[in-house]
Amino acid sequence: MRRFEGIGVSRGIAIGKAFLYLPQKLPKISQSKDNIKIEQKKKTIDKALEKTRREISSIHKKLIADNKRKEADIFEAHLLFLDDPSIKEKINTLLQQGYSATYAVESAFEESAKEIEKIENEYLKERANDLRDVKERIIRNILNIPNPSLSLVESECIIVAKDLTPSDTANLDTKKVLGLVTERGSSTSHTAILAEALGIPAVVGIPRITESVNNNTMLIVDGENGIVVADPDKPTIKIFIEKKEKEEKEKVELEKIKFMKLKTKSGKEIEILANIGNPEDAETALKNGADGIGLYRTEFLFLGRESPPSEEEQFEAYKKVLEKFKDKPVIIRTLDIGGDKQIPYLNIEKELNPFLGVRAIRLCLKNTELFKTQLRAILRASIYGNPKIMYPMIAIKEEIEKANSILEEVKSELKSKGVPFKENIQVGIMVEIPSAALNAEELAKYVDFFSIGTNDLIQYTFAADRTNEKVSYLYNPLHPALLKLVKFTIEASHKYGKKTGMCGEMAGDLKAIPQLIKMGIDELSMTPTKIPYAKKFIKDNF
Amino acid sequence: MLTKKFVIKNEVGLHARPAAVFVQTVSKYKSKITIEKDGKIANAKSIVEVLSLGVEKDAEVTITAEGSDEEDAMRAIEKLIESNFGE
Repeated sequence: MRRFEGIGVSRGIAIGKAFLYLPQKLPKISQSKDNIKIEQKKKTIDKALEKTRREISSIHKKLIADNKRKEADIFEAHLLFLDDPSIKEKINTLLQQGYSATYAVESAFEESAKEIEKIENEYLKERANDLRDVKERIIRNILNIPNPSLSLVESECIIVAKDLTPSDTANLDTKKVLGLVTERGSSTSHTAILAEALGIPAVVGIPRITESVNNNTMLIVDGENGIVVADPDKPTIKIFIEKKEKEEKEKVELEKIKFMKLKTKSGKEIEILANIGNPEDAETALKNGADGIGLYRTEFLFLGRESPPSEEEQFEAYKKVLEKFKDKPVIIRTLDIGGDKQIPYLNIEKELNPFLGVRAIRLCLKNTELFKTQLRAILRASIYGNPKIMYPMIAIKEEIEKANSILEEVKSELKSKGVPFKENIQVGIMVEIPSAALNAEELAKYVDFFSIGTNDLIQYTFAADRTNEKVSYLYNPLHPALLKLVKFTIEASHKYGKKTGMCGEMAGDLKAIPQLIKMGIDELSMTPTKIPYAKKFIKDNF
Repeated sequence: MLTKKFVIKNEVGLHARPAAVFVQTVSKYKSKITIEKDGKIANAKSIVEVLSLGVEKDAEVTITAEGSDEEDAMRAIEKLIESNFGE
């Protein structure tokens, strides 16, 4: 019996046999010529193209059948690449120059990929990689090296791989795959996101696991604790079977609890809200029983593009979520972006210390047109639901006053044009800078609510870059210094009859929730899938 | 030969799905069809060349069709662009 530890990224217990997924690597294609007749080479390529077309079409069809429109579109583009006349011409020219079939394909596709990459655009960069994906498929078919496919999985199994790509997982037969284990990956990797969405237990980040187990090795995957056991003995299997049964029972119970409104035994209502990053997440939030949205990140609208989103585009994105949540609250956070993220069209100056520079509200107060457009879009969408506006990175009260005066300006503009909006829309701030927490009593007079952003509050309180692993020992949400700031903020808001929520990682942490409830927190906002567990935990303990 | 100027109005320009739909549509016709932006000419039946033009929202493009079915082709293209690629 051997035990491995990794990062648990999707809850649940899986017990089954390993299926090693180790795609054979392609040899390096060298720039070589040969004496094979050109007609012969053309035939070889045509055959490979035909085979590739069948492979891609079958993936495409499966995705359509599974209702995965977005992923299906990617493979539809792959089919167009396959038939591209400009690439075909390049291949023919290379063949005429005497190059080998594999080199002609390699070079023609690579050249096209580089042409597309030249344009500064995130979307096109991805398409260049798609071209390379297609190229690899064709070359594999020319050389008769099978294209890796998870559709080969015949019976129930646990997939063990170095890493999984979108192309791999598109083929996943979710009825047969009991669990996923990979060497690479983090909690935000593709495998993690997919596993969680499909509800398959998964552990990532176990170095050399593909060398440590064989096909059909008996495995146990504990996705909650990030543990994998190979060749378990009988008592261990028994323990995990019991744990699995308990979890499944709990799941049924969670189904009942997740839509309940929570009230502690002392009669205090606690709302469990969801953090979302785009309109599609709203559905997941509702399914998991969110009482509302505690943090609607609006950055997705601004990233990966060459010009800012129009007011109309923003309006649609906000309206979509508001309509879904009807009278439930939706806290829309205004743009939280700055020096650490590259946004070409904003012309942000490079800063030595981007985390301490012109970020979030600081950026919006400088670039008022950008800010006004967003506020206008939110106000116009406000009549479709129950939104609240939240400013990020507030350090001092003057910033709130300035932001509010811009908001008032936008309101009167809309009013004069006769555009309807909710006039009494609530406005709050993120408390994520120690100065705001320490001065919460004064700030409380200027806002309708607080929301504590723990990720940044920890970073700024302990002077510890949260992306730097070497100082991660300082990253402790339960440290008394942080708890004092949290307590201070909650008490200040209550003094003025206002509410404080929390929307950082800490809010969904079952180890932290008891402390937060004791301190009087009003709302906890977390990743949608954590909501049912948090509701059950609070219901059972408070 | 038919030539016509268009302004691309949809949000993402000639990227993503709109580019795919555009190429699929013009590929149905026998005529030689090109699309030009800022002096750069692309074969309209090649997704790689169309993407390489980098056509953004509000860009002006010139489309030329030459061949036995050029009129039908141009009509189809017009309809497609006017409908914002069915977005």
